[in-house]
Amino acid sequence: MAFQIRRLLYGDIPGGETGGGPANPQPAPDSSEWPLWEVFIRSRQGLDHKHVGSLHAADARMAVENARDVYTRRMEGVSIWVVESRHIHASQPEEAGPFYDPAADKAYRHPTFYDLPKEIDHM
Amino acid sequence: MEKQFEEKLEGEVRIEPRDWMPEAYRRTLVRQISQHAHSEIVGMLPEGAWITRAPTLKRKAILLAKVQDEAGHGLYLYAAAETLGVSRATLVADLLAGKAKYSSIFNYPTLSWADIGAIGWLVDGAAIMNQVMLCRTSYGPYARAMVRICKEESFHQRQGFESLLVLSRGSAEQRTMCQDAINRWWWPSLMMFGPRDSESTHSDQSMKWKIKRMSNDELRQRFVDMIAEQVKVLGMSLPDPDLRWNEERGHYDFGEIDWDEFWKVVKGDGPCNRERLETRREAHTEGAWVREAALAHARKKAARPADAA
Repeated sequence: MAFQIRRLLYGDIPGGETGGGPANPQPAPDSSEWPLWEVFIRSRQGLDHKHVGSLHAADARMAVENARDVYTRRMEGVSIWVVESRHIHASQPEEAGPFYDPAADKAYRHPTFYDLPKEIDHM
Repeated sequence: MEKQFEEKLEGEVRIEPRDWMPEAYRRTLVRQISQHAHSEIVGMLPEGAWITRAPTLKRKAILLAKVQDEAGHGLYLYAAAETLGVSRATLVADLLAGKAKYSSIFNYPTLSWADIGAIGWLVDGAAIMNQVMLCRTSYGPYARAMVRICKEESFHQRQGFESLLVLSRGSAEQRTMCQDAINRWWWPSLMMFGPRDSESTHSDQSMKWKIKRMSNDELRQRFVDMIAEQVKVLGMSLPDPDLRWNEERGHYDFGEIDWDEFWKVVKGDGPCNRERLETRREAHTEGAWVREAALAHARKKAARPADAA
């Protein structure tokens, strides 16, 4: 079974081609497929919106309505955000090492770095 | 990079969309996830046939909710497949062209209302065995989709069993209907786990890649052990004279699947293969104008200045 694999790896995170560069505001002119949207849901008041998945929709309004039908059939949300996938910029997994390196040797940023007397160790 | 990939698998670290992965791993996932998605979508058809004929309003609402869930499950899975760089349009085109497979179970007809209960209990029950395992699959988006699906799916199996339970406590006619549905769905449900381990072409590599965590035969045995007990509660029987508890193995022994039938349905000659694909094609063709109109509307609105909208 031959699949046409596009190197534009969008969906969960957008394609490498746009990563870091300016997002292209226009859809590809010949595209007959509805654009892809990422869906974020706040499950209840007081919590952050959290990425739950993606879907296709012709515009933002349809994306919100589809997100309601696909991702909140059991009252999973009180608020929905949608953003077109191509507008998301992401860090590069292959650079993960050096990218996060500055935080690696700073144990003193954690409370457990400090030894305190037993009497006040719950501080 | 291959070494890093192997190390992640070894350490039970999930693979994410933009991580390096072997091309064959990617292709295997695209095939498996898209087949899974197609199964959810085609799976709406046998049950959809009974929405207008459900015996009560309550059963109708339940069935509608279940079929709607299946559409949702198909979408979660298509979205997971798309993270691998294949477009939705390509996946759908492959299904409609008959190039992509979906679960053979949906090529059997739903002849009576009891079939809807039997599908929930047996077909969804078998699917859940597989899906629970896939919650731990090595590819992140697939695993997350499966977690979501499993949460929703347990209502599917419970409503099916409950619906059969009502029939099993009903009139002689209802009991006959119940038993008949179980008789027809039992063997196709066992076939859902795929060929025997010794015959399964994709299994070995999929286990190494931790896409699958249990073999076809292991899952099938678990399913038999579970259903053989549950059927007693219904006061019904499974259509297998060889089914009996094996004290030594700690499992139920069961009879041989009709593998000729299995391969026939896989290859497209089941009772409803042509009808199912025809229905999907028709839906796709007749829905084309809606997709095009929505896109045209969105573009027109985007081109218009904001205050005029």
